[in-house]
Amino acid sequence: MKLLKNAAGRLVPDEINGEKQIPFQGVNNYKPAGCKAKPQVKSCIDYPEDGNKLVGSLKEALINSGIKDGMTISTHHHLRNGDVLTNMLFDIIHDIGLKDIRWFPSASFPCHEHLIPYLEDGTISHIEGSMNGPLGRFTTQGKMKGVGVLRSHGGRYQAIQDGEVHIDIAVIAAPTSDPFGNSNGVNGKSASGLIGFALGDSEYADHVIVVTDNLVPFPCVPWQIQGNNVDYVVEIDSLGDASKIVSGTTEVTKSPDRLLIAEYVAQFIEEAGIMKDGFSFQAGAGGTNLAFVLYLKERMKAKGVKARFVRGGSTKYLVQLLEEGLTDYILDGQTFDLEGVRSMRENPNHVNTSPFTSYNFHGKGNFASIIDTAVLGATEVDVNFNANVVTHSDGYLLHGIGGWQNCLYSKCTILAIPSFRDRIPVILDEVTTLCGPGELIDVIITERGIAINPKRQDLLKAVEGSSLPVKPIEKIRDEVFEICGGAPAKPKINKDKVVAVVKWVDGTVLDSVFQVTE
Amino acid sequence: MEQLKKASAGKQGDKIRSDCYFEMELKASGGIDLEIKSKVETMYGDSIRKLILDMCEYFEIKDARILLEDSGALPFVLAARFELAVKRLFPENKKQYLLPMNKRNLYSTAKDRLRRSRLYLPGNEPKFFPNAGLHEPDGVILDLEDSVAPVEKEAAQLLVRNALRTVDFYGAERMVRINQLPLGKRDLEFIVPQNVNLILIPKCESAEQVYDVENEVLRLKKEYNITNEIYYMPIIESALGVMRAYEIASASENVCSLAIGLEDYTADLGTQRTDEGKESFFARSMLVNAAKASGIQAIDTVFSDVSDMEGLRKSVLEAKALGFEGKGCIHPRQIKVINEAFAPNEAEIEKAKKIVLAFEEAERNGIGVVSLGSKMIDAPVVKRARNTIHLALLNKLIPEDWRMS
Repeated sequence: MKLLKNAAGRLVPDEINGEKQIPFQGVNNYKPAGCKAKPQVKSCIDYPEDGNKLVGSLKEALINSGIKDGMTISTHHHLRNGDVLTNMLFDIIHDIGLKDIRWFPSASFPCHEHLIPYLEDGTISHIEGSMNGPLGRFTTQGKMKGVGVLRSHGGRYQAIQDGEVHIDIAVIAAPTSDPFGNSNGVNGKSASGLIGFALGDSEYADHVIVVTDNLVPFPCVPWQIQGNNVDYVVEIDSLGDASKIVSGTTEVTKSPDRLLIAEYVAQFIEEAGIMKDGFSFQAGAGGTNLAFVLYLKERMKAKGVKARFVRGGSTKYLVQLLEEGLTDYILDGQTFDLEGVRSMRENPNHVNTSPFTSYNFHGKGNFASIIDTAVLGATEVDVNFNANVVTHSDGYLLHGIGGWQNCLYSKCTILAIPSFRDRIPVILDEVTTLCGPGELIDVIITERGIAINPKRQDLLKAVEGSSLPVKPIEKIRDEVFEICGGAPAKPKINKDKVVAVVKWVDGTVLDSVFQVTE
Repeated sequence: MEQLKKASAGKQGDKIRSDCYFEMELKASGGIDLEIKSKVETMYGDSIRKLILDMCEYFEIKDARILLEDSGALPFVLAARFELAVKRLFPENKKQYLLPMNKRNLYSTAKDRLRRSRLYLPGNEPKFFPNAGLHEPDGVILDLEDSVAPVEKEAAQLLVRNALRTVDFYGAERMVRINQLPLGKRDLEFIVPQNVNLILIPKCESAEQVYDVENEVLRLKKEYNITNEIYYMPIIESALGVMRAYEIASASENVCSLAIGLEDYTADLGTQRTDEGKESFFARSMLVNAAKASGIQAIDTVFSDVSDMEGLRKSVLEAKALGFEGKGCIHPRQIKVINEAFAPNEAEIEKAKKIVLAFEEAERNGIGVVSLGSKMIDAPVVKRARNTIHLALLNKLIPEDWRMS
């Protein structure tokens, strides 16, 4: 493996897990050509005429799918930290005695710490997906056999379409399914809203196994996953812990400092002229993000402004916006609470979307770039507006990218972040890991001030004379360094060992995560 | 008395954030054996180590085992916690380890400045300090009294001292509530030399108590060569205090305001606080009267339901109607509501504009007697009108160039 300097000035490997890589070449500078990957041709005559694809167990479905060493198995994170199925799946794979499985989740959660012994004994060779919490620590310590690959939700779809990741078996947790495999996430005891992250897998994987704990007679309506893409259906007692399936970050923050940030965000959106009839915005989960929606709602009501659509991460706060007539539509990428699940089930204007419709670099257009403003978080930002969402300042992988990179394409991308956490400055000279190029990040809003990217003179001019505390990003950095006792030291890393890479939305390699040496 | 060999200070546990815990054990030999468990080890491990070793040298500790469990404490917190551990080992050691004074903290305030909102910060909870000023209270109160447990009083003294030196409160008046006398006199040594702007004297019941504080302040100012003005805000919290409100208000030229604390007052009366507040009407009116008679500000008690913003707003409007000019806050979200509710209404602003303009016109024309219509305007009326304009400007109710519009 050779390290090359890419267009962002970061050192990245020329090959990963034996496959040649293309270094990042600049935003929109790389356009893959040729044809998309081709799924296998299947014939309906090979499937039961009565439409009943039920098999007795997940193990049986895996064996019927021809599972063997070195395969790629995909799973999805709709069940979040309540996911029981993925752990059960790898228990079975381990019992069969298979090795070197590439795990391709749409995201992982702390509950997947259960899989560490399988990473240690070689059942799983590496993870291509987010590496959260304990998995992140394991990976960053250099203990994973292969190199991890971090992609955005859109990037994951692009990798499937490019054929960069060929999925041998997709295992889809379906809160409701019929025996034919038509499935959705809005009904059943494990309802999680939607299962759009599994859409690409269902279309491209060689074998698709739907696992449900709520089997209904044909037809399962609505069908978010089409049974025509499904090979086997398995019924089990429980997909997961219902109390943990909804996100833990769906309550508005009580922190006065985060609330101040949220107020600034709403004020900025109004004073910059973004908040006008027919506008659109992206909101996710997380205390600050939810609070900004509430403040923006007050401002929209006061000015009589209505949005055309909002993108979620749906929560009860977005649902209220829809039900009070302040937006025509919610275009939902994932559902964070039960109100979101209910709304999606009942309201045709609460629309189920997938990374294909929202974030896909290979789409003929991009929903993400239509959105007027996206409000996001970050673990670190640097004075060039580059941002990090995957590692902590100590170099350890913390969590995945989600749809974050894709959302950077919005017309005005705002990072709403505290200026420091405990004693950890958030604005630095250089980010530990680059996940988002600064040219796509327009505004940084902290409790200590608002920094606008100098590239956005239009925004600077728009808020000139307002009461917003706009200041150069360096000034906020200096203030925080003074509070924290100087600039933080960089992590001690082994530059000879890349433990994971961060891909850009076009499939090129944006940055490397190195082994941390303690 | 046999010297202690082991001491600890600070906070530990999974839920602790932005704070730390020290354990120190003296040894006969072997130098400093320092163990650091810190969530910011990568970023600040070296500077934490340096701070501790510097402090060991300063306090002449040569042989000790030191354990630090750090959940991201800022330097002023680390230093205060470590100093407390040292003091617990060597109670007779009176040396103070002072961090450099932040030059932005060397501002003074005025006796008649606005004191609409003042935010209480528990003295032993340093995580709330660095961002308190960002919420733009007129003052921050670093509290050494009721919000600090008796066993943490020494810890709070050191933290408050370090905060006054290092934390930027962004122009908010830097206030400290000392403990009830006589204990409170011991607090003064930690705050008077650190450019404190105002001292709150709790449960004040006599002018003598104000003199007592003032004499100690003057002694310390002389000893440390301190020149900044330090104002006093006695808090009236008892029936006796209410009866003596005027003598307290006029006890010193540096008493700038009187505050009322209704929790203790109603307890003293043997009654309960009610929403209507009939039980405290006399006390509040008495306090306002005493304050105004002495030419100082009257400050209302805190509103304790931090989630009821509408209730808070009503409470401020009621206090304003009684003559109060400020209110305590126990949560930053209350600040904006309080500041806005103390803002003048449209009629008040219009009247104030006319008075100020008439006065300025008279001044330009060299006329000694100012009148508006058939009414004569005297100096206090002009002062009040200017104050109204100042409040209106602060609340952005009128433009800076209001004279032109």
